[in-house]
Amino acid sequence: MENISAIIEALILTSESPLTLEKICSVLDGVGKTEVKDALDKLMAAYDERQSGICVQAVAGGFQFRTRPAFSAWVKKLKGTKPASLSSAAMETLAIVAYRQPIVKTEIESIRGVDVSAPLKSLLEKKLIRIVGRKDVPGKPIIYGTTKKFLEVFNLRELADLPTMRELKEITEHHEIFEQETAASGDAEHETPEHESFTQEIFEDDIGS
Amino acid sequence: MNEEQTTDYAIKLDIFEGPLDLLLYLIKKNEIDIYNIPVALITQQYLEYLNIIKSLNLDLAGEYLVMASTLIHIKSRMLLPVPEEPSAEELDDDPRAQLVRQLLEYQAFKDAAAELAQRPILERDVFIRSTALPEEIKKTIADGDELVEVSIFELIEAFHHLVSRLDQKDLLEIDLEKLSLTDIINDVMERLTREKNLTFEELLGERKDRRRIVYTFLALLELIKLKMIKAYQTAAFGVIRIFPAVES
Repeated sequence: MENISAIIEALILTSESPLTLEKICSVLDGVGKTEVKDALDKLMAAYDERQSGICVQAVAGGFQFRTRPAFSAWVKKLKGTKPASLSSAAMETLAIVAYRQPIVKTEIESIRGVDVSAPLKSLLEKKLIRIVGRKDVPGKPIIYGTTKKFLEVFNLRELADLPTMRELKEITEHHEIFEQETAASGDAEHETPEHESFTQEIFEDDIGS
Repeated sequence: MNEEQTTDYAIKLDIFEGPLDLLLYLIKKNEIDIYNIPVALITQQYLEYLNIIKSLNLDLAGEYLVMASTLIHIKSRMLLPVPEEPSAEELDDDPRAQLVRQLLEYQAFKDAAAELAQRPILERDVFIRSTALPEEIKKTIADGDELVEVSIFELIEAFHHLVSRLDQKDLLEIDLEKLSLTDIINDVMERLTREKNLTFEELLGERKDRRRIVYTFLALLELIKLKMIKAYQTAAFGVIRIFPAVES
């Protein structure tokens, strides 16, 4: 077959939504998956190399041509439109759904500490989240999850691509400290040596203040 | 509390996303260690804020009051002496632990949200090839593509779209045609039973003056409310089609 990279380039250009590897393989009948992957890599590298205004971006499980962020000001000038931005309430709600999905409304509210009806509605309207089902508990609350459009809008390949929440890990650590702090001299079965020193520090702090 | 303080608080008010956000703000403002919150001080400041919100006649969400009572509860628990030999229940936790955990979790998600907002966002930082021409959408309808029910927002958007195009033309003609909503409703229903489905634009035909657009729009809303018609569109932004609710 001729230049596979060039064929893939044509396929990606004409595809309305991010083109999946499977789809490319099915079009390029007879070409192995690894070969297609190599050709894709070559294509992506080629765009990077000549510092093109667009690049092949892996997004929402597929591949798509996207402009580079550096040129956004120019494209915006051409389009003459202002992008609809999300309120901070909606952003927070979206982050909680993204990291904790599948999740019900009350769980989101217990994290944010406020009613989230309005931001949920706006996120549903923008199709960034969707209803994935109903939880089998009294009241059968609606379960929410993010959509493919969410991945597309936030330039994510997949959910696992979400930046890790470092802080959350810290919370769990401190969580343990709290329990140990109050248990102090009591049953310290699951106490690890490192934690012991931590506990000590906090204890002294408490006394000092 | 004097005048000056009130103004200072008032400026900050609209930025709070809820009681947790307000607490985080107070903690930052007072440079307090989140693991060792002076509950008395924070409770006092928190209640001061609530008073300001009330004095400004703003709606005070119930959640703020729940938090106030939680703070007072914690404060009172911290005042109680710890018994020499605490029972399992009393040993339970620092009274503040639960709240601190909640604050930290909320802070973590606030940070995560900020980080998400920093990403190269579609239509803000990165762009894709412009998609879907109107002709193509019509073709998909012809191909019998699945139709999606539209919400009121999309109807209103379509309305705006029409009116905004109207403004581009010169309209000097003064139309004295008498319109009544009932007539238009009857007209719409009659045409729908005849033609099975119509777009908003087709419904208007050539008579695109502002009053007729408004009346037709109102007629559609009324008919949808009465469940006599249904509005659908293809998934892609688009042409909204009106169908009679009951197939005759």
